[in-house]
Amino acid sequence: MGGVNLVGDPVEMLINPEADQAEVERVIRELGLDRPVTEQYWYFLVNAFKGDLGDSFIFGEPALKLIIQRMPATLELALFSLFISLVIAIPLGIFAGYKPESKTSKIIMGGSILGFSMPTFWVGIIFIMIFAVHLGWLPSTGRGEIGTFLGINSSLFTLNGLSHVFLPALNLALFKISSVIRLTRAGTREIILQDYITFARSKGLSEKRIVLVHILKNILIPIVTVVGLEFGSLIAFSTVTETVFAWPGMGKLIIDSIYNLDRPVIVAYLMIIVTFFVFLNLIVDILYTFLDPRVRIKGDSQ
Amino acid sequence: MNPKVKKIKEFWKDFSSNKVAVVSLIVFMLILFVAVFAPLVSPTDPYDLNTVSIMNSRLAPFSEDFSGNYFLLGTDGAGRDMVSAIFYGLRVSLGVGVLSGIFALIIGSFFGISAAFFGGKYESVVMRIVDIQLSFPSILVALIILAAFGKGVEKTIIALILVQWAYYARTARSSALVELNKEYVDAARCLAFSNTRIMFKHILPNCMAPLIVVGTLQTAHAISLEATLSFLGLGLPITEPSLGLLIGNGFEYMYSGDYWISIFPGVALLITVASINLVGDHLRDMFNPRLH
Repeated sequence: MGGVNLVGDPVEMLINPEADQAEVERVIRELGLDRPVTEQYWYFLVNAFKGDLGDSFIFGEPALKLIIQRMPATLELALFSLFISLVIAIPLGIFAGYKPESKTSKIIMGGSILGFSMPTFWVGIIFIMIFAVHLGWLPSTGRGEIGTFLGINSSLFTLNGLSHVFLPALNLALFKISSVIRLTRAGTREIILQDYITFARSKGLSEKRIVLVHILKNILIPIVTVVGLEFGSLIAFSTVTETVFAWPGMGKLIIDSIYNLDRPVIVAYLMIIVTFFVFLNLIVDILYTFLDPRVRIKGDSQ
Repeated sequence: MNPKVKKIKEFWKDFSSNKVAVVSLIVFMLILFVAVFAPLVSPTDPYDLNTVSIMNSRLAPFSEDFSGNYFLLGTDGAGRDMVSAIFYGLRVSLGVGVLSGIFALIIGSFFGISAAFFGGKYESVVMRIVDIQLSFPSILVALIILAAFGKGVEKTIIALILVQWAYYARTARSSALVELNKEYVDAARCLAFSNTRIMFKHILPNCMAPLIVVGTLQTAHAISLEATLSFLGLGLPITEPSLGLLIGNGFEYMYSGDYWISIFPGVALLITVASINLVGDHLRDMFNPRLH
């Protein structure tokens, strides 16, 4: 808050350059920018406790409301891309860990380094170029039609909406795919050496069962932790993807607000996202105890 | 043979066992060469207004203008030769990435090693800050800093340093903790060397291997992050055209099918980041005792 309030002059961005001095002063007074910084800060603190983070300079609406309006779009994008990345990455990762010396595994691992190195925004541009401009298969901007299912509004429920969400979600997922592949592979390689796998094999269980039950179940523990935390980073990185694909979520809102020096929105966004991260960490911790009984036992004995 | 030379030879023998990493290193050296000597190797000076003609704007790759100038990768919206623009862009991107990496390495290892050395309250305060920072994604931290300070070259570098230092601090601390238990540290203490001398002359050199691994991977990350921020218009100003900015400029023209303005700077960025990552990845495997 301290920093955000001292940079630039939002009044210059707001009013048209031909406005006279009286007009400028009126706007400054209306926004409360004529008061000393300490007073502005106190005012902010008092209101924040009441749940009021100030009105947007640009839209004139409460900043919190603006962000909450845009939040579902971002969440649906992030969830869908999380889904894509898990569906693609876990099988590939298990395969690469199960047969580390095979050609396919080497290609998978090489691909994952490439995916790691590719800048998200650039891949987004390439996607738009190939699928939207050249082939014309999928739309490149906006959110599409919004359907309602079980009282939830989301573009995931209409075909048109799905076609809109697919490219940005795939783009956002790309980075996660690489990291989940590496994680799954490392986990699989470790687990495959464990005694219980050898035991399962000596019992004559089919390889299919060993992979699907014994390995998959055990790698889920590290994956859940990382994926939970990665979900937060999906939300953070969605600022980039949303800007490229003009997706009307809160990520695009924050970038636009930084441009326009719309301070209340910036501050509100940061506060929401920080709270969100704290909760996410908490949820991951709780999930962890469910998945890994060892953690629970340790907690009890203390 | 001189023991230092021998050590380097052994290291190289180890390193060159992975062909991909060797190729990546060569590619990176070439990129570094091009970036450092950009004014000498580029066909034109893209920011010299006398040679740039708006008549040449958005020419396709492999085309010539009326006076016979050849544009291998086409021109951008202002008629600049893309090859030259990319060379100059690499210079900016690499410069910002490497500079911030070095500063972050210095700051991070200072705090990491001193935290391990002194322990106690000081250590827990430093490491809590590191933990908190690492629980947020780098782009968010960078966005917060840039939203607070505004854009600019120094501010971008500061943002990148603040994003990265925590990784170095954590790595430095964990390897310093191992080193602290070794006999040479006790010996140095018996000789009544000053704390600073023990920390930076004795412990630091022994922590360098993991720090270098983190350094290569982090530098790649920093270059990519800077490009992202510049693309969003929040990083470097237009006067310092990095690769991210070039890609962002091309984005405007993409819907009209002028793909090259965005694509080629992106390819340059990808090759740079990928080559550093591949070298870093191999270094990590080399230094990881569990894989041997």
